[in-house]
Amino acid sequence: MKKNRFFNAITLTVTSASLYILLALLIFTGIIDEYNGQLLTLAGIYVIVSLSLNLITGFTGQLALGHAGFMAVGAYSTAIIIMRLNVPMIPAVFAGGLITAIFGLLIGIPTLRLRGDYLAITTLGFGEIIRVIMVNLEGLTGGAAGLKGVPPFSDSGDFILDAVIKFSWVYGFVIFTLVVVSNLIKSSPGRAIISIREDEIASNSMGINVPYYKMFSFTMSAFLAGIGGGLYAIYFGYLNPQMFGFLNSVNFVVIVVLGGMGSITGTILAGIGFTYIQEWLRIFKDFRLVIFGLALISVMLFWPKGLMGTNEISVVKLVRKYFFKNKNSDNSSSGSPASGESQSEGVR
Amino acid sequence: MELLQQFGQQMVNGIALGSVYALIALGYTMVYGIVKLINFAHGDVLMVGAFAGYFVLTSFGGDASKISNPLILILAFIIAMIVSAIFGMIIERTCYKPLRKAPRINLLITAIGVSIVLENGARVIPWIGPNPKQFPTLKNIGFLEKVSDFIKSATGVYISPVQIISFFIAVLLMVLLFYVVNHTKTGKAMRAVSHDMNAALLMGIDVNRIISFTFAIGASLAAAAGILFALNYPQVEPYMGIMPGLKAFVAAVLGGIGSIPGAMLGGFIMGIAETLTKGFISSKLADAVAFGILILILVVKPSGILGKNIREKV
Amino acid sequence: MAVLDAKSISIVFGGLKAVTNFDLKLEKGELVGLIGPNGAGKTTVFNMLTGVYNPTGGDILFNKAGEGAATKSIVGLKPFQITQLGIARTFQNIRLFKDLSVLDNVRIAFHFGVKYNALQGILRTPLFFKEEESITEKARDLLKIFNIHGKENELAKNLPYGEQRKLEIARALATNPKLLLLDEPAAGMNPQETHDLMHLISFIRDKFDLTILLIEHDMSLVMGICERIVVLDYGQTIAVGTPSQISKDPKVIKAYLGEGVETGA
Repeated sequence: MKKNRFFNAITLTVTSASLYILLALLIFTGIIDEYNGQLLTLAGIYVIVSLSLNLITGFTGQLALGHAGFMAVGAYSTAIIIMRLNVPMIPAVFAGGLITAIFGLLIGIPTLRLRGDYLAITTLGFGEIIRVIMVNLEGLTGGAAGLKGVPPFSDSGDFILDAVIKFSWVYGFVIFTLVVVSNLIKSSPGRAIISIREDEIASNSMGINVPYYKMFSFTMSAFLAGIGGGLYAIYFGYLNPQMFGFLNSVNFVVIVVLGGMGSITGTILAGIGFTYIQEWLRIFKDFRLVIFGLALISVMLFWPKGLMGTNEISVVKLVRKYFFKNKNSDNSSSGSPASGESQSEGVR
Repeated sequence: MELLQQFGQQMVNGIALGSVYALIALGYTMVYGIVKLINFAHGDVLMVGAFAGYFVLTSFGGDASKISNPLILILAFIIAMIVSAIFGMIIERTCYKPLRKAPRINLLITAIGVSIVLENGARVIPWIGPNPKQFPTLKNIGFLEKVSDFIKSATGVYISPVQIISFFIAVLLMVLLFYVVNHTKTGKAMRAVSHDMNAALLMGIDVNRIISFTFAIGASLAAAAGILFALNYPQVEPYMGIMPGLKAFVAAVLGGIGSIPGAMLGGFIMGIAETLTKGFISSKLADAVAFGILILILVVKPSGILGKNIREKV
Repeated sequence: MAVLDAKSISIVFGGLKAVTNFDLKLEKGELVGLIGPNGAGKTTVFNMLTGVYNPTGGDILFNKAGEGAATKSIVGLKPFQITQLGIARTFQNIRLFKDLSVLDNVRIAFHFGVKYNALQGILRTPLFFKEEESITEKARDLLKIFNIHGKENELAKNLPYGEQRKLEIARALATNPKLLLLDEPAAGMNPQETHDLMHLISFIRDKFDLTILLIEHDMSLVMGICERIVVLDYGQTIAVGTPSQISKDPKVIKAYLGEGVETGA
């Protein structure tokens, strides 16, 4: 048991570190060009926000349609903290996340009592209200004209170096989010959260404080979405309420559904895939959104469980299988498994 | 005195607007009552109806920017309602029916997909396109203008001919709907299906037909609302359905989703709340007020004013 | 020595009196059956005892230790609070966490006793590993009692019906109850399975020092193991007594078979 524990930790650390070194090198040497490097970085931000949404929607079973609103809170507060208070980037991003978490808490109190569709619509409503507030708080947010001049991750002047640094920070935050979500889910509070999705009444009868854990999951989700928003602000260097409309919330829902609600690895794969597909669809210009809508309908009709369902790709198991060839001494009981970013060969 | 008059004026505006919301809300509430789906695409069906009306009025109306012949207006209503009804049925058959047994979240996401397709589909169709189009306005409908002038001179409150039409058409359609639901065989079947779909099926009711019919009615009411809406703000564009759609949804929840009288009541309340906010507080806040009301009602009485509280059986 | 003392509890649903002035006193270690025709209000009684519904009248007192009189009122508490106090239940229409493994179903029920919090879970502190190991072991022990430990990694929904019922009992036991409420534990089981379940219920009562109240339609089970039986009809208690008293009670026979039916004809 103890041996497994260290094996898992080391495998995951080594995998994520080597993947990072590989990608950073590819960007640095220009094999991944600037455009693709940017895209990969953006994909990382999408993955963070989608993971946060998956926590509340996929794992807790509460459909939220206002995550762009949370992202907006995180983005604006991070940007304002950096620009007005001259706080360094990292603490500013976390502070943005915390502010968003407080928002989540306040919004969650009235809305989480509602079920299903009602919750979806109310979160949508809040998302829109947040956007309206951003437009109207002109002094702070620049209003409809937007907020310019958020300082970038680095301004060394060297394009390639900047791209690598940008990518590195976002990659770091993706790993952070991944660790938080996946460790949470595989702990006892995580199982309590999942039991709410499975059957709220039974969960309550098993001694689980259902309102508390819904709240907890929602607030945590807001926190992570806020962090995603903060990174988004720094990534673009410019904010505008239009960037956080209802359609953006839908984008994250699409990623989560496409990857499989309740699958962390699914969200990662779908998040990256979605970012690229969205770019490719640009050549269709105005038809892009039509195709996007049709794709959404088709997935729901023909592929309702998404890429992964609630399954995960386990890096640890893959490593065991391909590098150590030992007969898995068994770890399946402690639930499945952690995840990694690149193991798409395991997808079936 | 002046304040009172202004209040009266806003109430009139609110009732006229509310009657349009009520028509849209009816579609939400009927569909929800029967398949438990918040039909996200409902507002976009309204847009389809408004465009159908637009094309009828501009092709047959002679002078493209004015409507002087009431018969053409009636024709526009009829055609728009038929076109939207067909849309509603096609959407239900192709997108919602296969998911009837799927988790609700999948159905809701599909509805969002349909909404995106309709809005952006309209934007890429060359005859429609992304830019707003001027909707024809009423002209020389002498009788209505006389009524309007008379009310103005008698009470000091101005009711425009469009508002008169809105109110009367809305009331007419609601009375018709009431009759269909409560006094026809199909209406009885609709109530049965909404009560218990499986039991209705066992009683020999053609559930698929009833669901199609419900979508058709909801969509045609939305189409009528679409034309009324377009007459008020005289323009049409692909995204025009979103806001009235959302507000009407709020109206349906406010009245108690699944309840037909509730949707009507909710519609009028929403319309009045909106015009009063615009008139006395700030026009910027009008949209936020709608969501504020939604959140308030869901917190205080989630089942709505006339809705029933359904508890899950343990 | 009372564990539970329900004092004339009633509930009204929109004018319909579902249960009226229901009294029930459970002594420590008792195994009591609650029977009655369909719609008599048995499950409603369970729902009131577990906080799913709030009674509109009366009081429910609970005493975890089972010594002396029951004093703590549990009316108005949420279901999870009542479970944490020591009343666990199963459901008539099985409510397992269907898409989770058998083991996780039981581990979830251990949750409120787990000593680490979410942050420690995320940070994977030593306490996390220690606690996880301990609840996993305890969960496996419970599954062994019900003879489903060989299927701990299967999804709950893939178990045969009889085993799903057993898993529900195992899961309820994981909350470490003093009072266990079983809602039709033998529904859908064949006579052999029912027979085994009877022994199992007696066994867990002794092993876990439980008081058990069960709703059941299978008379062989009820008559076989219950020491006392309460009969409900139209939301009112019509008879209380030992199995042999109940089986002869004319009011009970009338409730089950209806007016004017000649028994033994």
